[in-house]
Amino acid sequence: MEGLSPGWETFDHVADIGVRGFGRSLDEAFSNGARALFSIIVENLDLVRANEEKRIEASSFDLVGLFVAWLNKLLAISDLEGMVFSRFEPRVSQRDLVVSSKVFGEPWDKKRHGVGIEVKGATFSEARVEKINGLWVAQCIVDV
Amino acid sequence: MDTSKVKKVKSCIWKIPQRGDMRVPGFIFADKDLLLDMDDKVIEQVSNVACLPGIVKGAMAMPDAHWGYGFPIGGVAAFDPDEGGIISVGGVGYDISCGVRCHRLGLKKDKIFPYLEELIDELFRSIPAGVGSTGKIKLSKGKLDDVLRYGAVWAVDKGYGIRDELRFIEDGGMVPEAMPELVSDMAKERQKKQIGTLGSGNHYLEIQFVEEVFYKDAARAFGIDVDDVVISIHCGSRALGHQIGMDYIQVLGKASKKYNIPIRERELVCAPIRSQEGMDYFRAMSCGINCALANRQVLGHLVREVVHRIVPNATCDLIYDVSHNTCKVEKHRVNGKVKGLYVHRKGATRAFGPGRDEVPKEYRDVGQPLFIGGTMGTCSYILCGTKEGEGLSWSSACHGAGRAMSRRAALKRWKGKGVIKSLRSKGIILKAASLRGAAEEAPEAYKDIHKVVNVTHNSGIARKVALLRPLAVIKG
Repeated sequence: MEGLSPGWETFDHVADIGVRGFGRSLDEAFSNGARALFSIIVENLDLVRANEEKRIEASSFDLVGLFVAWLNKLLAISDLEGMVFSRFEPRVSQRDLVVSSKVFGEPWDKKRHGVGIEVKGATFSEARVEKINGLWVAQCIVDV
Repeated sequence: MDTSKVKKVKSCIWKIPQRGDMRVPGFIFADKDLLLDMDDKVIEQVSNVACLPGIVKGAMAMPDAHWGYGFPIGGVAAFDPDEGGIISVGGVGYDISCGVRCHRLGLKKDKIFPYLEELIDELFRSIPAGVGSTGKIKLSKGKLDDVLRYGAVWAVDKGYGIRDELRFIEDGGMVPEAMPELVSDMAKERQKKQIGTLGSGNHYLEIQFVEEVFYKDAARAFGIDVDDVVISIHCGSRALGHQIGMDYIQVLGKASKKYNIPIRERELVCAPIRSQEGMDYFRAMSCGINCALANRQVLGHLVREVVHRIVPNATCDLIYDVSHNTCKVEKHRVNGKVKGLYVHRKGATRAFGPGRDEVPKEYRDVGQPLFIGGTMGTCSYILCGTKEGEGLSWSSACHGAGRAMSRRAALKRWKGKGVIKSLRSKGIILKAASLRGAAEEAPEAYKDIHKVVNVTHNSGIARKVALLRPLAVIKG
C-alpha cells in the first residue's frame, strides 16, 4: 500500500488485478474502491462526465461481502446500461449490511473514454475491508 | 515454491502429504522447473481444497497451475455425494465453461495465404469482440431460457451450425441438469445481447496451421495433418456465467455457515451436493455451461460463414469443443466401484481416454481431443486423453500456458502497438479490440507452453498429438 491517504490504486495479482480504495470513512473507501475499478475499464476516468445519476443498492452477509457485492452490482449496471461511472456516493450501513448509493456517469463513449479491459467480476480473493492507522481500506481482486 | 513441502511420487507427479485437517493428500503434476516457478499459494490452495467434505482420493493441480480463487487455477477435485461431498463456486470459477473449440479448414496453409488478410479482416468485422461488445442476436427473456436449457442444441435448432457437429461438443452440446428458473433476472438481462460475442481478456480467435504431428493415429482420427489450417475459438459464458458466480457465492457463503463447513478461504464457500443450496447452484451453473456451449456454437457458425465466403474450397468442420471451468457429474471408478462423482475443474480440461462412451466414435480408439492455448506469438497444442489419466487425474489435464507475469507488469513493459509490430515481424497478424489488452496479452507474459505440455504428456494425463502455429489472431 503506497500512500495511506484517501484515494485509490490498483495492485498486482498473478493473472488479474486488485482494486483498493482508501478513505477517512467507510463510505469514502468504498467510493474510491469503485473509482479504482472503473479506472481499469476505461483508459481515462477523468474524461467520464458525471452527467447521469443511477441509484444502486447491494446487500451481503458481512462487510467484505458487501464491498464485493456492491462492486459487482456496479459492473452489472454498467454492462446493462452501457454506461461508465466516475463519481460514487455510497452510504454503507454496517449494522444492516446494506449499501445504498448514488452513482454518476454517462453512456460509454469508447472513442473519448478509451477502452480498457473487461472486468468479469469482483472476487473474494484478497478481499478486505479494515481500518489501518485510522484510515479505512476496502480492496479485492477483480477477475479480468 | 518451497519444494520441501512436497514429495516426488514419480516422474512429473508430486504429493503434498496429508496433514492437519486435510482429508486426502494433494497432487501436483509438474517437473522440478515448473514446480519451482509455481507460487507457494498453489500448495496452500490445494491443501485447502483437500480439507473439503466428501473429497475423493486427492486435490490436484495441473502443470499450468497458479494462484486462483479458492481453488488454484488448474485445480481439479472430485466429490462423492454419498460421502457428504460438496459443490463449490471456487471449483468452477466465474467464467463458467470457458473453453476452446477448433475447426479444420481442410486446406494446406499455402492455399490460405492469398486470402489470409481478407479472412482475418472479415472475421474481425463479423465477430463482436472486446469489452462492451454486443452480438447480432437479441433475445427475449423467455427465449434466453431456451439457450440456458438446451445450449448448443438450441443454436443448431435456430440454424447456427449442423446437427451432426453436436456429437463433437462435450456432453453433446448441452448438460441436462440446467434449470433457468434458478438464474437471476440480472444474469439473464445481461446476457440478452451477448450471445455470439467473443469477450475480452485472454479470449481469442486464431487462424493456425499444424506445424508438427506427434501422434499420427490421433491426428488422422481428428482429420488433420502437417500444414493443415485450423481455426480455434476461446471464449466462455460471458456476463451470464459471471453473474451466476457472483449471485451464488453469496448463497453458498450463507450455506457454509448453515451446514457448519469450515472454510479456509472465502471463495471455497460451498454446500453439500445433497442440499437445496448445493443443488440450486449446480442447476444454475449448468445453465452457465449451456450458455457457453451455445455461444461457441454461434461463433463457430459465424466463422464458418465467413470462411466459406472468402476461401474457395474450404470446409470448416468442428474437430471438438472443450470446456475449462465446470463441475460435472461423471462416472469414475473408486475402489473398484463405479460412482457418480461431481468433478470440479477450475482452469483444467476434461481429457477422457480411449474407450469412454462420452468420446465420439470417430475418436474412441485414441481418446478425446484437448486444445491447449499457448500465446499468440508462440504456439498451441492439440492433445488427447489417455487411459492412465482416469486413475491419475479423473481424466483432466492442463488448459493453457498460464501467466508468468501480472497484467500490470506486462503493461509497464509493453505497448499494444509494439506487440502488434513485433508479431508482424514474425509473420503473425494481430487484430486487437483494445491496445491495452494486446499489451497485457504479450506472448512473453506467459509461461513456456512447451514445458507445460511436455510435463502433461510425460506425467501420462494426456498425450501430445500436434503443434499449432498462429497465422492470424483476433484478441477481444
